[in-house]
This record gives sequence, structure tokens and C-alpha cells, in this order.
Amino acid sequence: MTHGSRVKVPALARVEGEGGLEIVTEDGKVTEARLDIYEPPRFFEAMLRGRRYTEPPDITARICGICPIAYQMSACQAIEDACGVTVSNQVRQLRRLIYCGEWIESHALHIYLLHAPDFLGYESGIALAKTHPDLVQRGLRIKKAGNLLMTVIGGRSVHPVNIKVGGFYRAPAVAELGALAPELEWARQAAEETVRWVAAFDFPDFDHPYEFVSLRHPSEYPITQGRIVSTSGLDITPATYDEHFTEFQVPHSTALHSVLDGIRTYLTGPMARYSLNHDRLPPDIAGLARAVGLETTCTNPFRSIIVRAVELLYACDEALRLIAAYQSPAPPAADVPARQATGYGATEAPRGLLYHRYRIRADGTIEDAKIVPPTSQNQRAIEADLRDFAAPRLHLSQHQLTHECEQAVRSYDPCISCATHFLDLTVSHR
Amino acid sequence: MSTSTRLVIGVGNHDRGDDAVGLAVAERIRAAAPLGVEIIMLDGDQLGLLDAWANAAEVYVIDAVCSGSPPGTVFRFDAARPLPARFSHRGTHTFSLADVVELARALGTLPPHLTGYGIEGHRFDMGDPLSPETSKAVEIVAERLLRELNSADPGRWLTCA
Repeated sequence: MTHGSRVKVPALARVEGEGGLEIVTEDGKVTEARLDIYEPPRFFEAMLRGRRYTEPPDITARICGICPIAYQMSACQAIEDACGVTVSNQVRQLRRLIYCGEWIESHALHIYLLHAPDFLGYESGIALAKTHPDLVQRGLRIKKAGNLLMTVIGGRSVHPVNIKVGGFYRAPAVAELGALAPELEWARQAAEETVRWVAAFDFPDFDHPYEFVSLRHPSEYPITQGRIVSTSGLDITPATYDEHFTEFQVPHSTALHSVLDGIRTYLTGPMARYSLNHDRLPPDIAGLARAVGLETTCTNPFRSIIVRAVELLYACDEALRLIAAYQSPAPPAADVPARQATGYGATEAPRGLLYHRYRIRADGTIEDAKIVPPTSQNQRAIEADLRDFAAPRLHLSQHQLTHECEQAVRSYDPCISCATHFLDLTVSHR
Repeated sequence: MSTSTRLVIGVGNHDRGDDAVGLAVAERIRAAAPLGVEIIMLDGDQLGLLDAWANAAEVYVIDAVCSGSPPGTVFRFDAARPLPARFSHRGTHTFSLADVVELARALGTLPPHLTGYGIEGHRFDMGDPLSPETSKAVEIVAERLLRELNSADPGRWLTCA
């Protein structure tokens, strides 16, 4: 017997992904919580087979309009790894800079227009804008600073066109990047205010013992490079990812699920990055995080908005550092001759670890490709959280339960267009 | 940010069937638009509309609609009035045209004259071409929009900027 009605969603089309949430109860207890992702499979991995080894950065950028740089960077690194090429430090720094732009854009959007309204009692960012236009304008201006970085380096902010295997088609002039510094200085200050603003929200008391997985770099807060580590002691290179992480199908989702070492549910994303790498933040930013009450680990998904704000501040700070040190790479890209080999790449998309693997033939065609986006990896952790979150709330009305479960899911900033819109809720009582 | 006061903005995704109708209309307008009208193609982040129309006095936006109406149905709205809820949708990241219009209204940044055209889509799968019904609607909307552009007195709008 099924109770509850479907909550209607889309009308004006922006077809990025479709999904729903189903909660099953038995004897008043939640027995299942399922993220039903029914976005049609997108077959990007199959589409890449037989294409030139130089094409994945442009093709995989189309997977997502919010985090194209992540796809481009993981793709480039995997192909360069296969071809045995190491790019210059200047190219590496320019990659990190454009990636900062994507973090700024993505985190500002999520904090101000998607997540903050939940804590302030507004149904949407639009409703928030009606009474607090200054706040929303601040968020949009921060986001725009990220867009500008992506446009100047990448040629445009959505699906950038200046990225290639080996580096960039054209390196921006020092003056072009220097011109962005004043706006990024403003954004840095605004991001600092953002950290203090969101830290004062009221958060539900809800912690979960996650196994966190993220990159870790010897000296940097991880964005573009690092070993893959976890809170349970995993410490591997991207080349051995497949030995530890297994993807598999589930009946209710067209996005694959993933487990660690055959059985363990894990979480990637800002909470994981911060908890595993807080010691890599500059002292002033780490100090501000502590001063606003963020401990060195965060296991309450609702408080992830504070972590995201800290990362937003870091991305602005890091972008300014990189611009101040920028030297235009010459040449803008390394020569990357094809060879028969398999290569691996892993970077930190705004929502978490993004893994690419390519097997390339001697003639430069792609024989096999594997892409594991963060939302796909996080599905099991989200479902596990929803089971615990929904259990004490089953007495709520369908409307209120849907609302609160949506808030819980938004905490993870899932990108259903990557893994695969939200949110239909069905509660089934057995 | 555009420097033109008259804009036609096509919104959509070339790779997803009928979601490309806005872009298809904008392409046809580009070939025949009167002087002084700027054509913008927007794929992806619709919040980019806020910047795209920041200095414009007269804006036309064309997008796909998924309301359950017959494929190829043409909708036209004047943003001077709040848009019906059925033209909006919720997503984890994406903002619909209606969302962006209402956000701009809340922020006080709505252009003085904003007209929207929506074309009901039918197929949105990856790699699909435009469906026959929406292809026909593209021609109808392009013709109607060109008539609007050619009949409008630009000076009337300029005084509103």
C-alpha cells in the first residue's frame, strides 16, 4: 500500500536530469530510502570509444554545465598520464587557477541560491531575493567573479573551449589576469563575510559517521592533484583506484553506485576534503573556520554550507595568489604524442572526487574510457543518511516530509545531471 | 554584458533534441534581424541572462517549454506580469527562464520590456534532432518575432533605458 502523492516538479524545460526519492517503511520504521535517478543513461563512456585521444576534454565537458572544468582537468591528466607527459609548472598553476573559478562559481551558487534559503525559511533563492536582495546580489557577484576567471582563461564560462590535452590553446597575458584581481579581492572579502553569515544559521542536530574520501596533496589544499586518501587509512594513487572502488548497478537508479573495498559506503565532497585536508588551508582561513565554530572535521551534512563557504574563501584567496605569481606559460601546451597505454586522472570537482581512466591505442584512438563522477559515488551515503533522517520524521505531513528530505539532499549539492532534477517523494508503507 | 539595447536571446542545449528550439529561432533571427538588434545564444547557465540583458531596454527570450501541452504549442508572455507557476521548475542546480525572470524582478534588474516565447517540446534525449512539431513552431515564432522587431519603434524603448 502506498501513501502520499507525487510532488510535481518541472514545467519550463531545462533538461539536466530527472530523479526522485522513495522512502519505504515497515512497522513504522524506515527500511529503505532510495534515490531513484531515472535520467536516461548518457553513454559518454561508450561515446568516447574510437574517438581521438585529444577529444575527451571537449566531449566530457558537456557532461555538466556547472563543473565542466573538473571533467576537462581529470580527462587531460588521465591522457597525459597514459602518454607519459608531465606538463610545466606554469600550465599546472594555470589549471589550478581556472579550477578555482569553477569552485567559486559553483559554491557561490549553491550557498546563496540553493542552500541558504532552507535555513532562513524561504522556499527558494527567488523568495530570499524579494526580502534580502542585497544578500542575493552579493552571492551573484561572487559567482560572477568565478565566471570571469573561467571566461578569461577558458574562453567562455560554460563549456570552456581553451583547454586541451597538454595545457591550453592560448595562455592569457599577465595583464588579462591582473585585471581580474580587484574583483577577486572584493569576492575574497565577501566570501569571508559569507563564512560568518552561514556559520550563524541554526542547524539540525544530525551527525553521521562517514568514511570520507578525497585527494590529498603534500602541500596544497587538494584541487587538481594528489593521492586518494580516506578516513579509514586508504592512501593510493589514482592508478590503483579501480583496485579499491567498485561501481555497480542498482534497479532504481540509472546512475551507478560505488563502494570502497567491496562493501564500504563512503562520501566525497567538501566535508571529506575539509576533514582530510584542513591542515592544508592557509592559517588565516583555518583560523576563521575554527573561530566560527567549525571543528577540524564536519560530519553534519547540514553544516556543509559552512565548509563550502570556507572553500569559497580559499578559492578566492588561492586565485589571487596564483594571479600574483602568474607567468604566462610558453608554450601554452606540452606536446603529447599518443602511445599505447592506460592513464588515470583524479581531481576535486566542487562536489567531490572525479575519476577518469582512458586506454589508448598506439594510433591515438580511445579503446576504453571510465568516468566516475562524485554524485554517483555519493548516492549510497545520501541514501544511508536519508534512512536515518526520515525515521524520526515519518509523522510529518507529506508536504513537510518532502520539504525536510529535500533540504537534507541539498546539503550534498548533488549534480543529477552529472550522475544524472528533483524531487518527487513517495512514501510506501508496507 | 551586451552593449545593445535590443536583444534576442535563444536559450537551450543543442545536444538535447527539442531543448534547442530557442537556439534555432535565434539562428533564424540572426540571418534577418533589423540593424541594432543583437542576437545571443545561451546554453547552460541561465543565470547568465542577468548579465546578458543588464543594459538592454527591449529583450526577447526564446526557450523550450515542457508543460504537457501538445508538442509545438507556442506560448508568449510579457514579463511585466508575474509568470504562471507552470512555467517554472525546481532543480538541484538549474534555473528556468521563469526563475531567472522572477529573480531579476525581485532584484529590480528586469529589463523595461521583456517578452518570452516558449515552444512546447516533445523529445529531449541526448543527440535527438528537433521534432517535426517543434521545427514547424520554430518557423512560426521566428516569423512572428521578426514582425515584432521590424514594427517596434526603437526610440520608444530607448527612452525607457
